[in-house]
Amino acid sequence: MIEISVRKKLKGKISEFELNIDIRIESGDFVAVFGKSGSGKTTLLKMIAGLINPDEGFINVEGEVWFDSRKKINIPPQKRRIGFVFQDYALFPNMTVEENILFAMDVKDYRSLDEILKLMEIENLRERKPETLSGGQKQRVALARALARKPKILLLDEPLSALDLETRLKLQDEIGTVHRRFNLTTIMVSHDFSEIFKLSNRVFVLSDGKVIKSGKPEDIFIQEKISGKVKFSGQVLKIEKEDVVFIVSVLVGNNVIKVVSVEDEIKDIKVGDTVLIASKAFNPFIMKV
Amino acid sequence: MDSEFISTLFLTFKLAFTTTFLLLFIGIPVAYVLAYGNFRFKSFLETVIAMPLVLPPTVLGFYFLVFLAPDSFLGNLLDRFIGLKLVFTFEGLVLASLIYSLPFMVHPIQSGFSSVPKSLIEASYTLGKSKLTTLFRVIIPNSKPAILTGIVLSFAHTVGEFGVVLMVGGSIPGETKVASIAIYEEVEALNYDRANMYAIVLFLITFFILLTVYTINKKFLRAERL
Repeated sequence: MIEISVRKKLKGKISEFELNIDIRIESGDFVAVFGKSGSGKTTLLKMIAGLINPDEGFINVEGEVWFDSRKKINIPPQKRRIGFVFQDYALFPNMTVEENILFAMDVKDYRSLDEILKLMEIENLRERKPETLSGGQKQRVALARALARKPKILLLDEPLSALDLETRLKLQDEIGTVHRRFNLTTIMVSHDFSEIFKLSNRVFVLSDGKVIKSGKPEDIFIQEKISGKVKFSGQVLKIEKEDVVFIVSVLVGNNVIKVVSVEDEIKDIKVGDTVLIASKAFNPFIMKV
Repeated sequence: MDSEFISTLFLTFKLAFTTTFLLLFIGIPVAYVLAYGNFRFKSFLETVIAMPLVLPPTVLGFYFLVFLAPDSFLGNLLDRFIGLKLVFTFEGLVLASLIYSLPFMVHPIQSGFSSVPKSLIEASYTLGKSKLTTLFRVIIPNSKPAILTGIVLSFAHTVGEFGVVLMVGGSIPGETKVASIAIYEEVEALNYDRANMYAIVLFLITFFILLTVYTINKKFLRAERL
């Protein structure tokens, strides 16, 4: 279990505010931290990593104290077993893919290097320098490098925000696989609803340095926001049967819209499809595009 | 091409090489502290290091003479205990050049260090690497053009220095007489041909050093863009 209780004064874009967070994360959870930019998400991640020090509070991980302002304990980032994937990947430009991954190991272990390269499907990139890689490839290398550290906790700072949709969907699957396979506790900062739905089992919504909501993703994001203005296209997140009708949750932009629909309409629609929602008077109907 | 000509040029480059070599080891830690440190007297330190940029070299030379002359307290101490004479000697020239060329080494490296993305350094820490390992394996390798620029500027600046050398070293052939001073003296004696020989050698060498640097730096930069 990870217990975090931290406070720190932050300078936001508009004014100063206090980051004040008390959360508990169960081991093995995949947690998403959601919020506007400048709400303190990345700061929280960096505090867990030991890159930023809280003004006061504590961080306990699996019974180990990583930070405690009262007991003056502050384990340096080097000694915290974390895998941090940075938003800009932070691959070392002076090293090849292989060297980047070996750099993460305290003792060079070529067998686990091979395993990781294979798992992330980047064996053929071994000798390449980061600047020759595509965004998706860089992301894989960054993830591979974080895993090479054999972390307890995986920290992902908007890992997929710079990638195109197709690559993003593929990498979402891989992050999920990695999370389960290595028995990790993962904390991911994200803006992306579909990503959060797909991967996380718990969401913390941050606003101005405070957790304003927390819970399962569907409880947090699926609200009664059925609005039907002309037409929207979006992605199907969930199809639920309710008595004789089906409730289809569709992600449009950053909103989740629930649409009531009948069996005939949805028979060739499945989760992940892109659909069009159109409104006719007050009776919206749904069809595949 | 008599022996004095050769020994003067040799001395000039010996001074420049020695100064640059030592400055590299002084410049990297100083640049590191200035680029990443956050301490109370940082502005003060920055000012001291940048002073030689704007201070007339003769001022620097003058105080150097005053404080390190054999009859001064410090000069006396150094001479008595380690037998080091710093006025009108090669060692004195090196020390004066170190101070005089310090900003030319520190500033490019400092700005190179500052432009290494912060996330690279943080990534190195999260991957278990100490600050020192991070400096040698991440920061320095990713600041190569800046370090090369620092080396070249310090070298060229030391070759070209005049005022400090004249004040601190005088013009003892084979010991402290460098090319820039030789040119001045030859012109004073109306030996324009000899002055021209020195001048042409300095001109060509400086030109080719800079040309090499820009070519190499272009290659670095191109490699980064690939």
